[in-house]
Amino acid sequence: MEIFQANNVVKEYAGHLALSSVSISVKEASVFGLLGPNGAGKTTLIRIINQITAPDSGELYFEGRPVKADDIYQIGYLPEERGLYKKMKVGEQALYLAQLKGMSKKDALKSLKYWFEKFEIQAWWGKKVEELSKGMAQKVQFITTVIHQPKLLIFDEPFSGFDPINTNLLKNEILELKKKGTTIIFSTHNMSSVEEICDHIALINQSKKILDGQIDQVREQFKTNTFEIIYRGETPNMQHHLGSHFNVLEHDESSHLKQIKVQFLNGNSNNELLKILMNQFEIVSFNEIIPSMNDVFIHVVEQNNRENKQ
Amino acid sequence: MNKSILILKREYLTRVKKKSFIVMTLLVPLMMAALTILPTYLAMMDDKEERTIAVYDPTGLILNQLESNEFTKFHYIPGPEFQELSKNFKSGNYYAVLHIPENILTTNRAEMISDKQVTFDIKNLVTRRIENIIEGEKRKQVIDETGVPDLEKRLSATKTDIRVETIKLGEKGEAVKSSTEIAMVMGYIAGLLIYMFVFIYGAMVMRGVMEEKSNRIVEVIISSVKPFQLLFGKIIGIGLVGLTQIVIWIVLTLVITAGATTFIGQGSAETASQAQNIMSGSQAMGQMATATPEAQNKVIEIIGMIGNLNIPLIIFALFFYFIGGFILYASFMGAIGAAVDSDEDAQQLMMPVMMPLIFSVILLFAVAKNPEGQLAFWASMIPLTSPVIMMVRIPFGAPAWQIILSMVILLGTILGSIWMAGKIYRTGILMYGKKVTIKEVFKWLFYKN
Repeated sequence: MEIFQANNVVKEYAGHLALSSVSISVKEASVFGLLGPNGAGKTTLIRIINQITAPDSGELYFEGRPVKADDIYQIGYLPEERGLYKKMKVGEQALYLAQLKGMSKKDALKSLKYWFEKFEIQAWWGKKVEELSKGMAQKVQFITTVIHQPKLLIFDEPFSGFDPINTNLLKNEILELKKKGTTIIFSTHNMSSVEEICDHIALINQSKKILDGQIDQVREQFKTNTFEIIYRGETPNMQHHLGSHFNVLEHDESSHLKQIKVQFLNGNSNNELLKILMNQFEIVSFNEIIPSMNDVFIHVVEQNNRENKQ
Repeated sequence: MNKSILILKREYLTRVKKKSFIVMTLLVPLMMAALTILPTYLAMMDDKEERTIAVYDPTGLILNQLESNEFTKFHYIPGPEFQELSKNFKSGNYYAVLHIPENILTTNRAEMISDKQVTFDIKNLVTRRIENIIEGEKRKQVIDETGVPDLEKRLSATKTDIRVETIKLGEKGEAVKSSTEIAMVMGYIAGLLIYMFVFIYGAMVMRGVMEEKSNRIVEVIISSVKPFQLLFGKIIGIGLVGLTQIVIWIVLTLVITAGATTFIGQGSAETASQAQNIMSGSQAMGQMATATPEAQNKVIEIIGMIGNLNIPLIIFALFFYFIGGFILYASFMGAIGAAVDSDEDAQQLMMPVMMPLIFSVILLFAVAKNPEGQLAFWASMIPLTSPVIMMVRIPFGAPAWQIILSMVILLGTILGSIWMAGKIYRTGILMYGKKVTIKEVFKWLFYKN
């Protein structure tokens, strides 16, 4: 079931088109990656989901029905540029933000106690925010984002400013939240983390959605039928043996285990290639190369920019 | 609405709990009280040093008429001793030597010789007493020469002291004693108080908005509440901080001043009676004796005249114009805080907005001089100046219809300014890294969302 859906959303700022008929649909209990270069319109879309701004046109659905003002209490939002009141004490501040999200003081205190213990930061309760390091403040912010147990969480570059240990901690928290049934919209430029945690992605470029789908399908879609084979033994003239149906891209014979990259040209099956190779040498491994999200991102965006210029 | 109260509570509590707020709130009444009490107290601190003044009086006019008091003794000396002292002052153990020359009746001059600078008080005391004696002497001579019977009494009777009392007619035509001076002072205090608070707390709203914007916490908050609720809660919360301070200031100043006056008052009554006993010369005695009840009457009269002012109206208007003026300017300030990124930009936009408020203080004195004039009327109708100007006019008894009209205009303008501020705030608060022009800000008013 879809927890959030946007249909043909358009938003214009003083002559500048920020979103041009963008549609997304986010499945419940999944991690949805919202990708795109800087200035593509991601933040605008996130603000529309958060009801910070309203679209000029288009429909928004939350849990299958048109959005209501109350839905914001079911959403937790960690913006990319984030901050806290510097002069306010950590505990007071977390309590205040939780209450703004509609929690009662009692529930908020109970819940905060759980999270502060989980992150082992009870000692910070009475400290002022200005006394905390950046990483410490980020942890507090993470807690204030998830404290009211929202059904939908929006993280905009959540890992920026975190050290590897805290990044890992946060990643695990996000996956745990997903396991518990929370839906997460995840916006980042860090493609390896997208591969790690996203189920579904949408790519926005120049205010338009240019790519959308399950992450494995998207990568599958952009594969170039290239295989990497590692083998032992004498090196034959590969191109000669493979014939015109295959194209040798790379051939590395420098080490004991030799490596070759081969691209299929048209309609050949894996087995055909294997059959030819088996006769030549001992195969150690045979892998299809599936492009990384990083490659997909660069490929798609550059292609789209070229098309837009024409 | 619930959320606005939550925001209001935070805005209020974080500010009221600040050390600077507590210090200022307690210190200012102490300073005010000190300013009113200290001069009185200092004046009462008596000069307790004992001094002996030698008097050489060849005319015999003053002889034995200067009576010593507790601290200042007069000692009459003959001619040879005076000659000796003028040559060698140290030989006698005197503070000063008073020389009454032979021709004092025509020259009106005497001299006091000392090796130190004679104190102001001593000089005053001596001058006053000799003056009385010589004046009495001259008068006696004139009476003797003319021979008109009872001249002394008849001359005394011509002494006049004219006072013009201002009487204001009340609603039913009854005479109410009023005082222009008191109305003026009340008007100044009320007007300046409003000006000060609108300025200080208006700027506080702006800084609060800027803090949230530069902190970036605003994005998190407006994903939970509407921007308007945030601005509204902030303005009301900070306004309440101002009201808290003003109420504490007024109450504490009154309590401290009243307490200190009774304490000092007891002491001063004693010294006053002492002074009367010591005071020599029948005329001086008489003057003192009549002055005291007169002064008492004056105080009673002033209290009566303050009572004749419409105190409930003044207090109501003070709070109305304080709250109204504050909300009006605070909504502008909130909009500015949202529109800018840096302090310099804020200063630039703040100037034109604060101009009318500063202007109203300049007008304040002119209006107090003529509270019924054209200038006073218009300045108390225009909502940007009315909170200060109408407050000056009310103690003078501005017509009811004008007060009501001015309040209605102010209320209407506030509704407009809040609407406008909400629009600018909503757009500005999420706008970063862009230098905002006034023209652009006006465009924001018509954005859909």
